[in-house]
Amino acid sequence: MQKFTLLNGLVVPLDRANVDTDAIIPKQFLKSIKRSGFGPNAFDEWRYLDHGEPGMDNSKRKLNPDFVLNQPRYQGAQILLTRENFGCGSSREHAPWALEDYGFRVIIAPSFADIFFNNCFKNGLLPIRLDAEKVDALFKAVAANVGYRLQVDLERQSISTPDGTAYPFEVDAFRKHCLLNGLDDIGLTLQHVDEIKAYEAKRRAAQPWL
Amino acid sequence: MSAQTLYDKLWNSHVVRQEADGTALIYIDRHLVHEVTSPQAFEGLKLAGRKLWRTASILAVADHNVPTTGRAQGIADPISRLQVETLDNNCAEFGVNEFKMSDVRQGIVHVIGPEQGATLPGMTVVCGDSHTSTHGAFAALAFGIGTSEVEHVMATQCLLMKKAKAMQVQVEGALGKGVTAKDIALAVIGQIGTAGGTGYAIEFSGSAIRALTMEGRMTLCNMAIEAGARAGMIAVDDTTINYLQGRPFAPQGEQWDQAVTYWRTLRSDDGAQFDAVVRLDAAGIRPQVTWGTSPEMVVAVDGRVPDPAAIADAVKRHDAERALQYMGLSANTPITEIRIDKVFIGSCTNARIEDMRAAAAVAKGKHVAANVKLAMVVPGSGLVKQQAEREGLDKIFIAAGFEWRDPGCSMCLAMNDDKLAPGERCASTSNRNFEGRQGQGGRTHLVSPEMAAAAAIAGHFVDVSENH
Ligand code: SF4
Repeated sequence: MQKFTLLNGLVVPLDRANVDTDAIIPKQFLKSIKRSGFGPNAFDEWRYLDHGEPGMDNSKRKLNPDFVLNQPRYQGAQILLTRENFGCGSSREHAPWALEDYGFRVIIAPSFADIFFNNCFKNGLLPIRLDAEKVDALFKAVAANVGYRLQVDLERQSISTPDGTAYPFEVDAFRKHCLLNGLDDIGLTLQHVDEIKAYEAKRRAAQPWL
Repeated sequence: MSAQTLYDKLWNSHVVRQEADGTALIYIDRHLVHEVTSPQAFEGLKLAGRKLWRTASILAVADHNVPTTGRAQGIADPISRLQVETLDNNCAEFGVNEFKMSDVRQGIVHVIGPEQGATLPGMTVVCGDSHTSTHGAFAALAFGIGTSEVEHVMATQCLLMKKAKAMQVQVEGALGKGVTAKDIALAVIGQIGTAGGTGYAIEFSGSAIRALTMEGRMTLCNMAIEAGARAGMIAVDDTTINYLQGRPFAPQGEQWDQAVTYWRTLRSDDGAQFDAVVRLDAAGIRPQVTWGTSPEMVVAVDGRVPDPAAIADAVKRHDAERALQYMGLSANTPITEIRIDKVFIGSCTNARIEDMRAAAAVAKGKHVAANVKLAMVVPGSGLVKQQAEREGLDKIFIAAGFEWRDPGCSMCLAMNDDKLAPGERCASTSNRNFEGRQGQGGRTHLVSPEMAAAAAIAGHFVDVSENH
């Protein structure tokens, strides 16, 4: 997994609540048996004017000029600013894969759906929960300033704005450790093989039908 | 020891170890696998040279991509076919038990687990699919996971997670005629919102829940995720135990008795504390119909499409406006005046035998309205299909002008050929009315099987509670 330590990135505002994973990556792209290459189809139905299917040459498709990700001022954005309950619906990890492949490293929202939130950390993406008022203030700042960037410091758990305001944020100690070091969960868990085996033995004795 | 919730009991009995910050290693008893979220996990295992920790814990099935007609000819779409073949190959290579497309036991993963008795009380059950919450109906701790976690469970039989908070949703009283578990689910979501359960595990309780069959309980727990909760669950009672007895994967003989004794302890203790409590009066729940692009955008069938102008919260108002535009609806339209183009009866929410019976009872001796282009019934599994045919339900549907299909996810998410065309409006028994979910530009209204069948016959929504 990619490490995440510090990022100074351009912010793109997606002003919608309850953005679901079907919208982040529509189902026709879930037919892929690979883990990469989903970026060009992130938000496919909003991003393009035609209907996307796997195998199309996305560079030849007509972009929807009204969709915020397509606006020239937001090209190269690495921070997605959005509203509450982001990533709801399907558990598809293709959603964080698509966002990461598109180039995002940080998503800021008042709240996230649980499974999506979890999936982000497995893919080097940092989802940050911030109070709705602060998110609102950021939306206003982004709208007012072309080229608006934020600095996200995971070690210090802080977001800094260009005018010097700092927004602290919470992150689980364990997840932070994994993200800072780019650690693979499976490798970590396999350090506890003996404990898992001991648990299994105990369980088999108590509930032999399992 | 202090009084414990059902969730506490399930959680505590699965903790292998715990970190200082509360992150726990949780042991997983049952792992259900399907073709869409597993290929990258199997690939990850192979690349790292890892093995499956406990092959027997896995049950695999292809459901999302399978065709619902002409199955003998195989899958026409080469990309879908590759995905199903990849599952077949991975299962063969790793020795995983798989119900292949030609197997009568094949079906939607959340239908076949319980049907086989592969989901048992007291288990932790995971699947790379958010509707894994369904299995909580059996007092199992069941939740959806991402593909990285699928790989993690395959390699370690465990998951790293933190305990959620506990929410009790208590529904007391008797449901009215024509009101179902689906309507309870939609009413709960209407009340708490699609993020209302975020961070919680929900336990459904109360006399209305105890009166539900296992099929109804599965419908309800299935939709817990639409309320934002990763897990929904219901305590064990006679209904649970009677359902499980004799199922192929359920214990037998002495072990059955031993298991039942344990299972009977799987309920919240008297006086157990929940972090949040939501109460609903069953008698007050009417048949529900969603009007927008999120399951929380729902009203009773005798209601009207809401007027966004009346919504105070700016973000919500904006969402409602967008939703009405996408849905092609205007404010204040009575729900019963909304005409539909297609009907879909199926999905892991409502494709069990009871759902088939309920829809058939409404359709019997009637005919699908002329304005309805397609009304399809897609049973949840080959065994549900067989049972329905034994009862003659297929004949009722076909005589009424419905199509009777082979089992799979079908138009719930439209990954196969079953999909809505842009602008088409569908009465659907599935669980998500998101934009494009049932086909790009398609418009979905979520309802119960009774309501979907009645809408097919009338050509628009009707109140089944009056017709009863
Ligand atoms: S029926 Fe629908 S919700 Fe259920 S598993 Fe299949 S696609 Fe998912």
